[in-house]
Parts: sequence; C-alpha cells; structure tokens
Amino acid sequence: MTAPTHDPLTLSLSVNGETHEIRVPARKLLSDVLREDLALTGTHVGCEHGVCGACTILIDGRPARACLTFAAQMEGHEVTTVEAMGRPDALSVLQQALHEEHGLQCGFCTPGIVVTFEHYLRENPDPTAEEVRDVLSGNLCRCTGYQNIVAAVLKAAARMRGEAA
Amino acid sequence: MKPAPFTYHRPANLAEALALLRAHGPAAKPIAGGQSLGPMLNMRLARPSHLVDLNDLIELDRVRVKENMLEIGALTRHHRLANAPEVQRSLPLLGAAAASIGHYAIRQRGTIGGSLAHADPAAQLPLIAVTLGATLVISGTAGAREVPASAFLQSIMTVDLRDGELITALRFPLPVGDLWAFEAFSRRHGDFALVSVALSFARDAEGKIIALRLGLGGVDTVPLRLPEIEARAQGRPADENTIRDLAAASAAAIAPEDSEQVPVVYRRELAETLVIRAFQSALNREKGA
Repeated sequence: MTAPTHDPLTLSLSVNGETHEIRVPARKLLSDVLREDLALTGTHVGCEHGVCGACTILIDGRPARACLTFAAQMEGHEVTTVEAMGRPDALSVLQQALHEEHGLQCGFCTPGIVVTFEHYLRENPDPTAEEVRDVLSGNLCRCTGYQNIVAAVLKAAARMRGEAA
Repeated sequence: MKPAPFTYHRPANLAEALALLRAHGPAAKPIAGGQSLGPMLNMRLARPSHLVDLNDLIELDRVRVKENMLEIGALTRHHRLANAPEVQRSLPLLGAAAASIGHYAIRQRGTIGGSLAHADPAAQLPLIAVTLGATLVISGTAGAREVPASAFLQSIMTVDLRDGELITALRFPLPVGDLWAFEAFSRRHGDFALVSVALSFARDAEGKIIALRLGLGGVDTVPLRLPEIEARAQGRPADENTIRDLAAASAAAIAPEDSEQVPVVYRRELAETLVIRAFQSALNREKGA
C-alpha cells in the first residue's frame, strides 16, 4: 500500500510539457497552484465550484475544471493551460478568430473558452452552431458576448478544416 | 472558498482503496471525478479529514455487454457513457441521459459511481438506473453485495452505503424496449432538472405498448419509477389518447415538494408535459429511423 501523504506534499507536476517540483498543501486547488506557485495566471478563478468555466484546463488532453481538482491528484498526469495555446505574436487559429469576430469583451472568461474549444474542435472539427452553443454553456461570460464567440468558433473550425472563412 | 485541510491518499487498486476507507471510517471520503464533491469541499459543506482518490482504479473504468446485461464500472466518465458504442447499441437511453449531464468539461471528469453515490434526486443517472431496474455492485473489505438502485437510493443524498464500502459497478438488465426518450426541463441549460422523464417501451405486432418503463426525476426525494402507470399502458396503442391519459395519470401519481419558486401545480404540469413529449420523441425517433 502507498503510504498516506501528509501536508504539505512535495509534488512533481507536468504542466505544458515542463516538469515542476513544488511543495504545497494537499488541499490546494490546481487552479491556485497554477496561478500562485507556477505563475501561470492565464487560468482564471471565478466561481470556485465548477460552474463558470474560467479555470478550464486540459488534463491528459481533456477539458477539466482546475478549481475542482487538487494539484496532488495531477502527479502522473499532463496538465495543459491556455499559456500553451498561442502567444501574443503567434495567436492560435481559434484565438485569431476570437480577435477578428470580437469574441471577447472584458476577456475574463476567454482563457477557459479557448481551452475548451481548442480541445472540442479536435474532437468535432465540423460542429453546428447548436453544438457550439451546447459546449459553450459550460463557460459563463458575464458580458454575455456569446453570439460573437459562437461566430468565432465556427470561423476557426472552418479555417482548421482548410476552408476559406 | 477553499477546502478544509485533509490527508490525501492515492490507492493504486481497489483493495488498497477499501482498506483505506475501512481504516479511516466516516472520517474518509472517496473522490472520483470530484464534480459534486469538489464544490462541497470548496464550500466546506464536506470536511473529511481523509480524501481517498479513486482515479487510479482504472479497473473500474469499463463498459461491457454480457449476455443479458450492460455492466458499467463505477469510474466510467459521463462523456464515455455518452459515446461508447456498447451504450449506443444496447442502451441509448443511458447514453442520451449521460450526454445531458452538467457541461462538457464536467462530463469529462464526472463518474457514474459518483453520481449514484451523490444521489441528487434530480440527477440523470439515478433516474435511469431506477427506471431500468439497474443493480449496484458494492464492495467492502468483507466482499461484494448487490443492491437494486431503487433500494440503494433512500432519500436526498442518502444511500445504502456503509462505512468502508464503494460502488464498483452498475448492471443494467437487457434487453429493454427499443423505443425510448429522456426529457428534462431546467431553468438554465446544464442545470439540474426541475422535472425529468425517462421512458423505454416496445410495441407488439399490433402496435400495442408492451414492456413500458417510466420514471420521473425531480419530483420526490428519490427518482420514481411508476409501475401503476406502466401497468395502465399495457396493451394499449401508443396514440394521442393513451399518451395524454398516461401523462395525466403520471402527474396525478406524484406528490412533489411545494416551494415558492416551484409550486406543486407547476411541477405536476411539467411532469405531464414532459411525459407527453417523451412519448412523442420516442415515436418520432422511430419514424426518423
């Protein structure tokens, strides 16, 4: 049997392909560890109970709420944050489309939306507007800029499929 | 909102997990997907001193069809249930219900065992389990036992799970009726339903309803199967008269909680409407096929 791990824990976390050794309490949420211990502040913290989607990251390539996950659980798993998805001088296709379609207003919810759809468009490269809305329902935008976000996701999907859009 | 301190355990297999749960008794809480427990920890509604992480118990992440049942490991995620070919073929009702749980990211983590153990009376999977007569396999250090879902779910967030026990699998009997529907109404997309309906039935050569299973969620402290409505439908044609009669009888058969936000009369009307809609969508899907 593995020995119980007492507070604080020494963890080895793989985030965006880089390994980090950190020492944090077992109860520390992944969202807080990313922001406070690894200085990856692109992962935003909104509601802290899984509703708003601002903290969405990828665990082993699949979207998850960083606020419903403990960093301690991530040993042996690969975490990917919005920082891995494009840079200001080299936006991803989705980020470029969000820019062009004005798919962000205050921008607080944007990282979670980028992470969600970078994954979703790989799973479903040709979504309908209705399917995009269904997935987008997991990411709250308090500016309610949803219409432009849907347009941007559809535009990015078309570009990723190699169609002019 | 940060969780209270706890000791984190990460067992490598079921035997280790059961030993840990037994050793720490009520002070320990298992965590699988954490999509319901996480918020409770963050808000300190739950303050376990030991958290036992089940995510390495990959032997519990499985979907398999045996001769007359579909067995689903407790660690199977909603997203997988919604997309597994075995589920699509044998129990599409379960797949459709799983696809409607929470939101996309929530479905990637949340598990079927966690949903049953959490026992929200408006949740999808407990309703499907009760309606289709599923059985839970529950393991403890002393061995495993099987409990029907209808007996397992005792009240709101109250289940027949003793200290040191874990749900390891759900078994759905097969076959079920080839006509099916899941309907739910909630205030916002992705919210828990005010009322939900699970429906499965078959028709004989003359087009008469046989083998109906009808369940309602959100109308009581546990999801309800309605055997008297099922009996009432037996041998009748699935026409508008029958459907309206069954829907009205279903609404009359429930005694939902009264609240200012959701009065009884509203929930009854919702139940009636959703039962009609469920029959219609089951029949429409057949026409479309």
